[in-house]
Amino acid sequence: MKPVAFEYCRPDTVEEALDLLKEFGSDASIISGGLSLGAMLNMRLVRPKALIDINGLAELGTLDAGDATIRTGTLIRQAGAMDMPALMSGVPLLAKALPHVGHYQTRSRGTLGGSVAHADPSAEIPLALVTLAGAVTLRSPGGSREVPAREFFQGLLTTDRRADELVTGLTWPLRRERTGYAFEELAQRHGDFAITAVAAEVTVAGDGTIADLSLGLGGVEDRPFVAATAGFIGKPATDEVAVEIANEIAEAVDPMVDLQANADYRRQLVRVLGKRVLTAAFNDATGQQEAA
Amino acid sequence: MLRIKPDQKQRVTITVNGKAVSGYAEPRMLLTDFLRHELGLYGTHVGCEHGVCGACTAIIDGAATRSCLRYAVQCDGMEIQTVEGLAESDGTLNTLQKAFNENGALQCGFCTAGILMSSTKFLQENPKPSDDEIRDMLSGHICRCTGYTQIVRAIRQASGQ
Repeated sequence: MKPVAFEYCRPDTVEEALDLLKEFGSDASIISGGLSLGAMLNMRLVRPKALIDINGLAELGTLDAGDATIRTGTLIRQAGAMDMPALMSGVPLLAKALPHVGHYQTRSRGTLGGSVAHADPSAEIPLALVTLAGAVTLRSPGGSREVPAREFFQGLLTTDRRADELVTGLTWPLRRERTGYAFEELAQRHGDFAITAVAAEVTVAGDGTIADLSLGLGGVEDRPFVAATAGFIGKPATDEVAVEIANEIAEAVDPMVDLQANADYRRQLVRVLGKRVLTAAFNDATGQQEAA
Repeated sequence: MLRIKPDQKQRVTITVNGKAVSGYAEPRMLLTDFLRHELGLYGTHVGCEHGVCGACTAIIDGAATRSCLRYAVQCDGMEIQTVEGLAESDGTLNTLQKAFNENGALQCGFCTAGILMSSTKFLQENPKPSDDEIRDMLSGHICRCTGYTQIVRAIRQASGQ
């Protein structure tokens, strides 16, 4: 349970970090909180030649609010994010997802960007970003590019990041009017990896029908993804329709099988959690209209 | 930029429980091993070594977090609180430790150091927690012999509730 010998590098600027990535390429691991990578290093599941510690890069720890989006620097800690009112009220789905991320003792160190770069298929932060159609900013010596979250995650621990790129931040669309948000998951213990997690963003029109719907699934397939729900736009936002959507999605998924759950069990979780989050999101959306 | 070669031993100075101490670490040395084997502070326990069990939790630069997922070279210049810093120098237990003792909140004691350090930071942030909040915080620790009820009771007592 000790890592392989590696060179330790602590750059003082993003440019220095990028130089190191150029030098080591895929032989380097980038460490932020280290909550996932540290475990993999200790178990020697990863054996890097160099560990690039980006914790000294203060420029990656900032929050930038825009008109329609808010941008979180890679290094914002999960617990720190929970203490940022602008982020929590601006991105309610993230606020609902974060208490499920690990534990008090891991959120204090784990980062938003690290979780996204790691790309565990059951992780909550990637799921929230995909559900909201957010984006990931990457920097390389050649410049900066932004990748839609729905294209960034490509499989188990696999992303669109190239070996010479650093994830510098995440872009979160701000809450929209007449829109409800909900997040639910089942894990063996609170804070453990989700066996299945479901997130929803639903806009309900003035006549009570679904105007827009995004239903994200985590822990089901090899990456977080949004279910195909276009056929339900225009239907009434009722409990019955929530059941109908959840049942249809549960039939369409191709679930992972592991020691914790077989495919049928995950499908059942999609049905149960899907219905719960849709109902909660419908209520959240219509409640705002009544309040207004 | 700091670069340390894989087999290079780097001098690392940290302030542990208010006292600056130094030792040597190659990059891959875990903070837990540095505390125990370089500094001789055996109070911080090594359990799963992958961040799951919570036994190694210490307060590192003001955050209760896993010391097995940290490398000693990352912590040069930082301030760390470990279980050795809780009792008075004459061995008198502090309020939290007394509460654990009085409530039977430990049996073998392996997980206890980590739980005490989490609870110390947690109570600083949330001096009057509800039982649910205490349980949520404890979800980051595995205790296999006491049962958590006594631990919840001890933390509640330490918070003066």
